[in-house]
Amino acid sequence: MNPFSYLRPTTEKEAFAALSQPDTMALAGGTTLVDLMRLEIMRPLHVVDITGLPLGKIETGVSSITIGALATNSDVAYHPDVVAKLPALADAIRAGASGQIRNMATTSGNLLQRTRCPYFRDASSPCNKRSPGSGCAALEGFTRMNAIVGTSKDCIAAHPSDMSVALVALDASVHLRSTSGERSVKVGDFYTLPANHPNVESVIQPGELVVSVEVPITPLAATSRYVKVRDRWSYAFALAAAAVALDVQGGTIKAASVVLGGVGTKPWREPAVEQALIGKPATQEVFVSAANLALATPDVRPDNAFKVGLAKRVVARALGLVAGGSK
Amino acid sequence: MKSVGTPIDRLDAQRKVLGTATYAMDTEVTKVAHAVIVTSTIAKGSISSLDMTAAKREPGVLAVMSHLDAPKVMAGKGKAGGAAERILQLLQDPQIAYADQPIAVVVADTLERAQHAASLLVVKYTNEAAVATIEQALGSASTPKSFNHGKPDWSRGSVEVGLVQAKFKLEQTYTTPNQNHNPMEPHGTIAVWHGDELTLYDSTQGIFGCRNRISEVLGIPKEKVRVINQFVGGGFGSKGTPWSHTALAAMSAKLVNRPVKLAVTRQQMFSLVGHRPHTIQNIALGCDAEGKLTAVRHDVISETSRFDEFVEPSALQSRMLYECANISTTHKVVGIDAPTPTFMRAPGEASGTFAIESAIDELAFMAKIDPLEFRIRNYASSDPQGKPFSSKSLRQCYDAAAAKFGWKKRTPDPRSMRDGHELVGYGMATATYPANQQPASARAIAKPDGTFLVRAGTQDLGTGTYTVMTQIAADALEVPIEMVRFELGDSLMPETPVSGGSMTVNSVGPAVKQACIALKGMMAIARPEDKAKDIVAEIKTELAKDHDLYSMHAFGAPFVEVRVDEDLGTIRVARVVAAYACGKILNPKTANNQFVGGITWGIGMALQEETIRDRRTGRNVTRDLADYHVPVHADIPPIDVISIDEEDLHVNTIGTKGIGEIGITGITGAIANAVFHATGKRVRELPIRLDKLLG
Repeated sequence: MNPFSYLRPTTEKEAFAALSQPDTMALAGGTTLVDLMRLEIMRPLHVVDITGLPLGKIETGVSSITIGALATNSDVAYHPDVVAKLPALADAIRAGASGQIRNMATTSGNLLQRTRCPYFRDASSPCNKRSPGSGCAALEGFTRMNAIVGTSKDCIAAHPSDMSVALVALDASVHLRSTSGERSVKVGDFYTLPANHPNVESVIQPGELVVSVEVPITPLAATSRYVKVRDRWSYAFALAAAAVALDVQGGTIKAASVVLGGVGTKPWREPAVEQALIGKPATQEVFVSAANLALATPDVRPDNAFKVGLAKRVVARALGLVAGGSK
Repeated sequence: MKSVGTPIDRLDAQRKVLGTATYAMDTEVTKVAHAVIVTSTIAKGSISSLDMTAAKREPGVLAVMSHLDAPKVMAGKGKAGGAAERILQLLQDPQIAYADQPIAVVVADTLERAQHAASLLVVKYTNEAAVATIEQALGSASTPKSFNHGKPDWSRGSVEVGLVQAKFKLEQTYTTPNQNHNPMEPHGTIAVWHGDELTLYDSTQGIFGCRNRISEVLGIPKEKVRVINQFVGGGFGSKGTPWSHTALAAMSAKLVNRPVKLAVTRQQMFSLVGHRPHTIQNIALGCDAEGKLTAVRHDVISETSRFDEFVEPSALQSRMLYECANISTTHKVVGIDAPTPTFMRAPGEASGTFAIESAIDELAFMAKIDPLEFRIRNYASSDPQGKPFSSKSLRQCYDAAAAKFGWKKRTPDPRSMRDGHELVGYGMATATYPANQQPASARAIAKPDGTFLVRAGTQDLGTGTYTVMTQIAADALEVPIEMVRFELGDSLMPETPVSGGSMTVNSVGPAVKQACIALKGMMAIARPEDKAKDIVAEIKTELAKDHDLYSMHAFGAPFVEVRVDEDLGTIRVARVVAAYACGKILNPKTANNQFVGGITWGIGMALQEETIRDRRTGRNVTRDLADYHVPVHADIPPIDVISIDEEDLHVNTIGTKGIGEIGITGITGAIANAVFHATGKRVRELPIRLDKLLG
């Protein structure tokens, strides 16, 4: 681990001053940052521990639930309003990591966690995300856990978060704050594609902090479900996952939300599938044929080509669960 | 009241739960410095330059040791040699033979400073193209030079003739991947010099093997080396032979003239301490119309390093598992640019039973015979290699496990059992492991206060050695276990063999029993004044002649139910019922732990475990326990173990056959067979992941 300075401010003013230095990282639960610092993958000179800031609340309003940046994954996943009104979010968080990690990891940390691409995590491998311009070892390497959509010739790292997939499906917003004010970004617009700059992963700017995530309470959200397929039954990243929600009235689908995880360089919304569902009857045949429109032009490799078919089946399964109303 | 045979709790359980059990790396040593190993980023070539300047300038750094300045030691094989020793990488030259090989050691006053300084080494290499998998070099497969299980090739009759006679025959290839042991406690050593005497606190399965090897490496008499190790957090074979880090700890402690603590990191566990090698197993079987085997051929190719040899003896069990007039087995190795493999829980049988038990299931299906009935028709009542079995209760295992599992409810056709969107499959297999044993010694002491102290320099890998040895001693002394204290884990104690090959109880148990019986005899004739002092009895056992006369094996039969999601391909082992006959069971509770642990690992081996090595670079891609999957609680169903008690005094004076390894044998085949029964898809490459079932 590289030597670094450590500060734990208790006011936002102090925090923003500390975060304005170059080579500075904010530390919350530490489940990503400390791990990557130990592996010498991230080498900040200054670490600003933000856990002293009052950003841990979960507040239920009339039309939305606002989740503080420092609310732990466990706090969110077991919050009664989240469980009742945003079931896909509760499911998704519980499907991620392990109990111990969820107890430490925070909402903002989960949003900003780094990829699990094995070449990113091995300092001796070329990786454009870790050291821009060094190349991508994954392109011709072991790619079972890599992305098949949103890729570029410089990066095929999959986005690792389960929570973010549900947040995109639920049309959530990220509230960001800096010394120059506040702004909000839809989670769906928060992440950027790797293109030729895979080291940039989101629209967050230096000196900006995530202060909360706001999730609308809607009839659609109340139906939402998250289905995840992985190589073991717990503590494994997704091979393919889907957060879906349906508004069905009189047997006809009025609105649909379908977002895939485990396959994209960011949470992957599938408008073609959503459009194919709207106006149709909520039957398994409709779900299967709509799901088959997902991932129309995948960028597959021998190790991960199976994800295309798998992801479609996951979508069909998730839609069936929503329509059936039970597991 | 006899203690042996009762399910008492582990005597060390409370200390472990409270955190007061002193594992090697927990030992408090004053002025201890911290060492870290720096490893190569390339898999083949040599170091062309190594700049230590920046690292040496860092505060707290005491030494940086590399091939440029390391003391000359003997890294090659010593007198023991053979399969029980590995060639070490001790910074003697600039050559690189595998990725993540030790190239330097940095010692500092704190671990963090040592780690940071290690990151400042500037290394340049002359890189050569590496051969990373045996598939890239199959043409160089050759018969191993050393093989510690008789001969690498063995046959009887003629398999060619047997295949001609066969009504049904199959020829298939089965593969198992590289796997890494990854005990919860990584390897580590604290090295302390007192003048020319060395004490090692080392997480090892064999304190005497460690002592002997390190004394040879360093060129000092073995009497000058003491190895202490009172608790081991798992070893599974990876701690069976000393590896480079132990010698490097001793070398660097000498260099800095301070005690040195060297912990292997989880990432380094994938290259520094051995692995179960990838195997390619070609099997040919034939049977007649009644399902009687006419031919068994099992040819194994396994990975080894270019500079050393380890053979995965996966065909051994195929020489004795079923009665057949025509059997042929061979073992070959392919040396590549990878670290040397080693023993890993049931080396040979774990990978070999996957192949042979899958093939038997395939042949039974072709012959339209129930796979359990097929095995019973080919039951070997004596070892086809020539000797009678000392005892064999496999038939009782089949019967007991089949009955409890409900095997009769199985409908024979694949895909014929389902529950909603889940396909249900039943599968079974035969498990087997040899009853190994070596001479051992023990000392029993009657204290003036009426209590007893028994010592043997053995190891407790978390298996229950402390507990069962205390039970054996208490019974032999005819006293309650509270009167007996058993101590282990110090090479100043009486010598015993490595804790490997499921032989600790088989070897040390008889020594403890006999020492205690000898002590009782001495006490019976002791005068009152003798009893005011310690009375000491020490014995060394010999192997009984019976070991030449009989074939000695434990057997078992795991039955599993799997459920496969028809749409998603996800596989769940829903329940396991397994029966084992392993001689006398000393403690049903610790024994059950061993069986359940072996089965659990078998589930991981069948469905999850695989070390991925990059084909281009030879570097491991799976480098931690998030990427290298072993089962978590959610993967493991209820496991119901039935123990068939045997009375077999041919094996040893306490009648045990060993239980540490048999649980991982057979189970992978049983799962593969159940997956076939569920889905109609035969997967011959482990691990069986969902993508192999989709499409």
